[in-house]
Amino acid sequence: MDLSKFRKDFPMLRDGITMQGKPLVWLDNASTTFKPDCVIEAIERYYKHETSNSHRGDYDLAYATDMEILKTREAVAKFIGSKKEEVVFTSGATNSLNLVAFGYGAKYLKSEDEILLTEAEHASNVLPWFKVAEMTGAKIKYIPLTKEGRLLPENLEKVITDHTKIVAVAHITNVLGYQADIKALSAIAHKHGAVLVCDGAQSVPHIKIDVKDLDCDFLAFSGHKLCGPTGIGVLYGKYDLLVKTDPFMTGGGMNARFDMCGDVGFLEPPMRFEAGTLNLAGIYGLHAAIDYLMGIGMDNIEAHERELKAYAVAKLKDYPNVKLYNADSEAGILTFNIDNIFAQDAATYFNSKGIAVRSGQHCAKILTSFLGTLATVRASFYFYTTKEDIDCLVDAIAHSEDYLDAYFI
Amino acid sequence: MPTSFELTPEMMRAIIMDHYSSPRHKHDAEGEGYVSLHSSSVNCIDDIEVYLKLNKEGKVEDACWNGVACAISTASSDIICDLLVGKTEDEAKYLIEQYNHMLHEEPYDAEPLEEALAFKNTSRQAARIHCATIGWDAFNELIKGHKHE
Repeated sequence: MDLSKFRKDFPMLRDGITMQGKPLVWLDNASTTFKPDCVIEAIERYYKHETSNSHRGDYDLAYATDMEILKTREAVAKFIGSKKEEVVFTSGATNSLNLVAFGYGAKYLKSEDEILLTEAEHASNVLPWFKVAEMTGAKIKYIPLTKEGRLLPENLEKVITDHTKIVAVAHITNVLGYQADIKALSAIAHKHGAVLVCDGAQSVPHIKIDVKDLDCDFLAFSGHKLCGPTGIGVLYGKYDLLVKTDPFMTGGGMNARFDMCGDVGFLEPPMRFEAGTLNLAGIYGLHAAIDYLMGIGMDNIEAHERELKAYAVAKLKDYPNVKLYNADSEAGILTFNIDNIFAQDAATYFNSKGIAVRSGQHCAKILTSFLGTLATVRASFYFYTTKEDIDCLVDAIAHSEDYLDAYFI
Repeated sequence: MPTSFELTPEMMRAIIMDHYSSPRHKHDAEGEGYVSLHSSSVNCIDDIEVYLKLNKEGKVEDACWNGVACAISTASSDIICDLLVGKTEDEAKYLIEQYNHMLHEEPYDAEPLEEALAFKNTSRQAARIHCATIGWDAFNELIKGHKHE
């Protein structure tokens, strides 16, 4: 699948951006993604010609902003297969997961209850639950992973009990890129009366999502990982669960009425969760990003990334000094180490070649004990990544014995 | 100020690889009289403890460090231990000051830096300057008297 024609839409890819004097090779898409012109223009349109607050004015500009929010909500709903009332705007996946943890988890969990996570979760799907466990006395337990790091439904079946109230897992894990069978996991969770919270930060940008089919109860994702702006994200929740969820923040724009006696009536979801002025430019940009991705086709994006992954895995086979931790994972993520080169030193070396990769624990710090390494290098792709980008990475690996040259030459 | 001789890239690499592959001072403190300080990095994996022992005359009797560290932080922490031993507090402070000037591309006195000159070009990898200073900063804190027995 050749999607390289889309590179011309991205200033970061077409404007001759360099790093360390070399043409930029961007392989940190799991961290964030570049923005096409249409997204940048949408943000600019809001700031230049359509600025107004929402839900506030009786004038045309405010009405237009309200309409854009509504249209974006509809676009997101179409993108993930939900109803528009089930789309809550947040600042990102972290905010979304915190809203579920504190608005739902903290409200309903009791000391005898259990929260099930995995060792491969991002910090944003671990730390809110740690805090909620501390507040409620509920216990955190881990669903065992296979030795490769994959979450299998039968392993959930082994540890789930009728005390389990929350199962919170990544759809695609951010270090290894394994895709979980959310539909099967949801069915098991529901059989035991638990809700399934899906961290979609690494899946929603890369594969077609249908929340009705997945049957997850909540889904969190960020705009900036799918070509949208930073500071905007979404929490999807089944409507009846959103109704039962408390707001995480209170303030303007989310209440229907309140009086001096502290009697407050909150708005219905999703606006109940959207206190204060939303990231309106972010919403304009998110709308443009979603339209853009749907124009390319999520199936095409997934197919392209799988092809790149297979290409990269085949190439790396020629280098016995490269330890690849996730050759068989679905996502366009390569997680590896080069023998005798500390991950951070490797990342600095790649930087010296103009290649942006991430080193470290990738915000999944409990995974490092599972992998038996303190840190890894992660190269991650998107639809605009090319085989030439991967060739650059492989070529750098081939010459990595000179890695300390990054500091001298 | 520049040194009387220029370190070649090969020499810099040899110095760093030497201290990275066989650090002399990478171990916990043994015995009494040490002060120590923990230091870790937010954006990198480095997580080290440094130990310092002064003698009665106020000179550094021993310096060592231990922990998880990349090549640059391993070599730089090890080299400062070499350089600190035998120095007075004032000499140690001067050494660390000159090293910091060098890393931040400011004028510096190369004379006391010896093998630490291998980090002269670390500023080319701006994101990693912290790796070259993590041990140095911790020793600096200890020398300034922020003691954690």
